[in-house]
Amino acid sequence: MAKYLLLKHYRGAPAAVNDVPMDQWTPEEISAHVQFMSDFADRLEGTGEFVDGQALAPEGTWVRYDGEGRPPVTDGPFAETKDLIAGWMVIDVDSHERAVELAGELSAAPGAGGKPIHEWLELRPFYGSSPTITE
Amino acid sequence: MTTQVNEVLLRSLTPSVLGILVRRGADFAAAEDAVQDALVEAVRAWPADPPRDPKGWLVTVAWRRFLDATRADTARRRREDLVDEQPAPGPAAAVDDTLQLYFLCAHPSLTASSAVALTLRAVGGLTTRQIAQAYLVPEATMAQRISRAKRTVSGVRFEQPGDVATVLRVLYLVFNEGYSGDVDLAAEAIRLTRQLAAAIDHPEVAGLLALMLLHHARRATRTAPDGRLIPLAEQDRGRWDTGSIAEGVEILQAALARDRLGEFQAQAAIAALHADAPTAEETDWVQIVEWYDELARLTDSPVVRLNRAVAVGEADGPRAGLAALAALDDALPRHTAVAAYLHERDDDLATAARLYAEAAHKAPNLAEREHLTRQAARLNAQRR
Repeated sequence: MAKYLLLKHYRGAPAAVNDVPMDQWTPEEISAHVQFMSDFADRLEGTGEFVDGQALAPEGTWVRYDGEGRPPVTDGPFAETKDLIAGWMVIDVDSHERAVELAGELSAAPGAGGKPIHEWLELRPFYGSSPTITE
Repeated sequence: MTTQVNEVLLRSLTPSVLGILVRRGADFAAAEDAVQDALVEAVRAWPADPPRDPKGWLVTVAWRRFLDATRADTARRRREDLVDEQPAPGPAAAVDDTLQLYFLCAHPSLTASSAVALTLRAVGGLTTRQIAQAYLVPEATMAQRISRAKRTVSGVRFEQPGDVATVLRVLYLVFNEGYSGDVDLAAEAIRLTRQLAAAIDHPEVAGLLALMLLHHARRATRTAPDGRLIPLAEQDRGRWDTGSIAEGVEILQAALARDRLGEFQAQAAIAALHADAPTAEETDWVQIVEWYDELARLTDSPVVRLNRAVAVGEADGPRAGLAALAALDDALPRHTAVAAYLHERDDDLATAARLYAEAAHKAPNLAEREHLTRQAARLNAQRR
């Protein structure tokens, strides 16, 4: 088994084929999309491959240490930040092929006109634990 | 006869059993662990062998567990003098113990999340796993949160009366926030508030109970089967729980009659006015604005003034609502959503659509984000 992180981006990913902002869809198209996402997670729970999934708010804050006894420095959000994560799903699957297959299905979520968005999703493997038997 | 243990009934005995152990001299943290063990044991043993006196059974088993745990702990050997003594019967009524436990679990030295977790476990009798599931954190994290909370309050004397407002804030949080799991947090909050109302005669406790009942009555109509939020005006009022509404209104009226108004009574009064309207159009917005004025006097909360602006928009028209809104800081959560709504009521659909999309961007949760995006989409589709 191997765990993969599926990342959805607000920005930073190449443009989707069906790239229309959601507020320009019809309400029915939004419903269909939300239903698809929910069904997808349910189905993966059913197959025993779902681990976790969360959506993130678009606006965050940058924070760094600013020395002993000083409060942390905060800044941002930065408009120039290229990569902005919208959400993730963690899956636990038997193979890389399966992970690719599932990411492809998720990218087919319906969008404007009820057609698949063809959105680029980023698939990142987790480092696994080191095996007991190595030779 | 069912062989299943009625878990809600079982859990309702938690605070009085725990109170008895503490009065017998057990320290709170150890007593709380022992009561949890006894609850687990009850679920296992009762179906085959139901006790005649469930509470007595729990006290006996919990006390035995407490003694075993204390004896096993060699570092605490010196306490054996205390625990080997024949326990005296609890000197005070169980009701007082229950009340003390609420105060202890909501102690001001605890953070809100710790107080919520401790209340659900020590007063509600829920397991750490159930609480962890309800708040989407790992069980080990929740176990640590609870044991740290127990350490924090370990020095608090059990007889110290607390401020009931701290308890109400914790119960309000349990009702209002939380995810899923196998525990219905809203129902649990109502049960705990009802139990508190039985232990203390206080109009704000009654006010909170009424508020919860009135909101709970609308729960089935607040979301569509696909999870979509349904705003109050569009809810199917025929499906509101009339029993829950009647009970909430009755409790509220009795509380208001005592003429000691507080924020929960005022909030419940607003909820009651909504519940009272057969259709959204028949809502008594003028009276609702008056209650928001009361509430603003009691709390001075910007969130109250934001909600008041919505009510003013309904009572005196969207322009009046926008004027009320203009006096508020536009960084307030949901300010943009309210502005969008009022502009739509004012037939400025282009501005409304733009503001709905902006509000969606700032939404505090996914359900609201989808709702607001849908509002923007609806107006954009109308304008095409």
